[in-house]
Amino acid sequence: MSVPMSAPMTAEALLQIRSLSVHYPAANGRAAGAVDALSGVDLDVAAGECLGLVGESGSGKTAILLSILGLLPPNARLGGSIRFHGDELAGMPLKGLNEIRGTRIAMIFQDPMSALNPYMRIIDQLSEVPRVHGGLPRRAAEQRALEMLEAVHIGEPRRRARQYPHELSGGMRQRVMIAMALIAEPELILADEPTTALDVTVQAQILALLQEIRERTGAALLLVTHDLGIVAQLADRIGVMRHGKIVEQADCLALFEHPQHEYTRSLLAAMPRLRVSA
Amino acid sequence: MSSSSRAPWRQRLRLRLRGHPGILIAGSVLLLIALASLILPALSPYDYFTPQLDLISRPPMLRGGHLLGTDPLGRDLLIRVLWGCRISLLIALVASLISVLVGVLWGAIAGYVGGHTDALMMRTVDVLYSVPFVPFVIVLTMLFGRQLWLMFVAIGAVSWLDIARIVRGEALSLKRREFIEAARVAGVHGARMIGRHIVPNLLGVVIIYATLTVPSVILFEAFMSFLGLGVRVPLASLGSLIADGASDMQAHPHLLLVPATVLATIIYCFNFLGDGLRDLLDPRRQT
Repeated sequence: MSVPMSAPMTAEALLQIRSLSVHYPAANGRAAGAVDALSGVDLDVAAGECLGLVGESGSGKTAILLSILGLLPPNARLGGSIRFHGDELAGMPLKGLNEIRGTRIAMIFQDPMSALNPYMRIIDQLSEVPRVHGGLPRRAAEQRALEMLEAVHIGEPRRRARQYPHELSGGMRQRVMIAMALIAEPELILADEPTTALDVTVQAQILALLQEIRERTGAALLLVTHDLGIVAQLADRIGVMRHGKIVEQADCLALFEHPQHEYTRSLLAAMPRLRVSA
Repeated sequence: MSSSSRAPWRQRLRLRLRGHPGILIAGSVLLLIALASLILPALSPYDYFTPQLDLISRPPMLRGGHLLGTDPLGRDLLIRVLWGCRISLLIALVASLISVLVGVLWGAIAGYVGGHTDALMMRTVDVLYSVPFVPFVIVLTMLFGRQLWLMFVAIGAVSWLDIARIVRGEALSLKRREFIEAARVAGVHGARMIGRHIVPNLLGVVIIYATLTVPSVILFEAFMSFLGLGVRVPLASLGSLIADGASDMQAHPHLLLVPATVLATIIYCFNFLGDGLRDLLDPRRQT
């Protein structure tokens, strides 16, 4: 059962990326220092689907996420098209992007230690999104924030809400990040290695939480990781990236059982396997 | 850690203050000086301007009413020093406030917005930096005469430049921090981003720098009064008192020692206060 290389052309794709390229020109204008972070990337994410992107460091996984939200550094050259609900995100003016950021597309960052403002209480950071976008009054926004803290299973949410980020453990901060991403009920969640900075037991809890939330809210998830174990648990489909290109895209099971591309095979082979011989 | 964050705000402040006796001491000394300079002149039988030619340059003495002695015109030194504190503290507070407000906003906007805005704003700072200060003040006094508000403007106009540069540098590095990126992803932008995310994270630097600015402004004022550009006689600031005292220091050292000691105490207290406040206001340094 071989799966075609290109993304399945579904009409109802939530996010549709076509021949996306990101190019960093060298500072001195010569070709030597220039970098192509991405070239010719085609990607579809259907509503409610979880697409996992795997690949080594520098393969361009994060660059895809950044270009979706218009967060690339100013010297980056973006090419191709990124359509979200048919709206072109590439080259969209900041005003439009700010409408979409946080409300319809949200992002979970890799390191919860550095992704929370150390000078703001948890409740203030959480209620910022509904206050900025929904124009909710302070009380209502804080109520909503407390509900979210409960939804991501933070014990004693009222007490935690009044604390500063440094008073929370890493796992709890990542739960706060997830709550922050979900508070406006986005249709698409971008997760950039959401569990890499956490230890293994907490990782499992966070993954379970992500799974639960997807099932409950029906949000689509674009999950970037270098850990094949994680995508195997969560993803419906997997894209394998290398050197700024997607080298293989397939359903989760198909990819693990019949990897088509040489690189995918070596990635799979690199997964540690534990055999206990009797 | 959790018990302190559950406590109400006031109680927590008291708890934290307990760990910093320096703040309390420096703060109360400053408060005492400020209160004394506000209240005592009204209660005293002497004023700062009426000469008493039979009591010229008396040394400090407990009897006779002039606790700290008199100056070469027979005016009570204690009252003149208290008036000097009034003027110096007022100039210090107003000028520092102006410079911190302008400097922080200017620097934070330049650093966060970046690009051409940044270049334009910071080159403006460079140009203002290159204006020689003393001739600038001389020209101002020529134009408007020696007036107190001129001191606020002159000192405020110059001392925000340093703060703007430092704040801009901090804002540049903050901008790339992940939590700022996270706030951007959440759709936070513009004034809210600068006011809620950038500036609070600059507080530590700003407070240190502000409390360093206060003494430097006081010294600045003293320097200008020393040059004869400051307050108008018979009113005195600490600086002009020191200048007068220095000209007569061999015969009557108390005329120099008293205002100089008060000035040194004020400046020391402000430095101490700045150090303590930085620790106190940083949520990560809770005791």
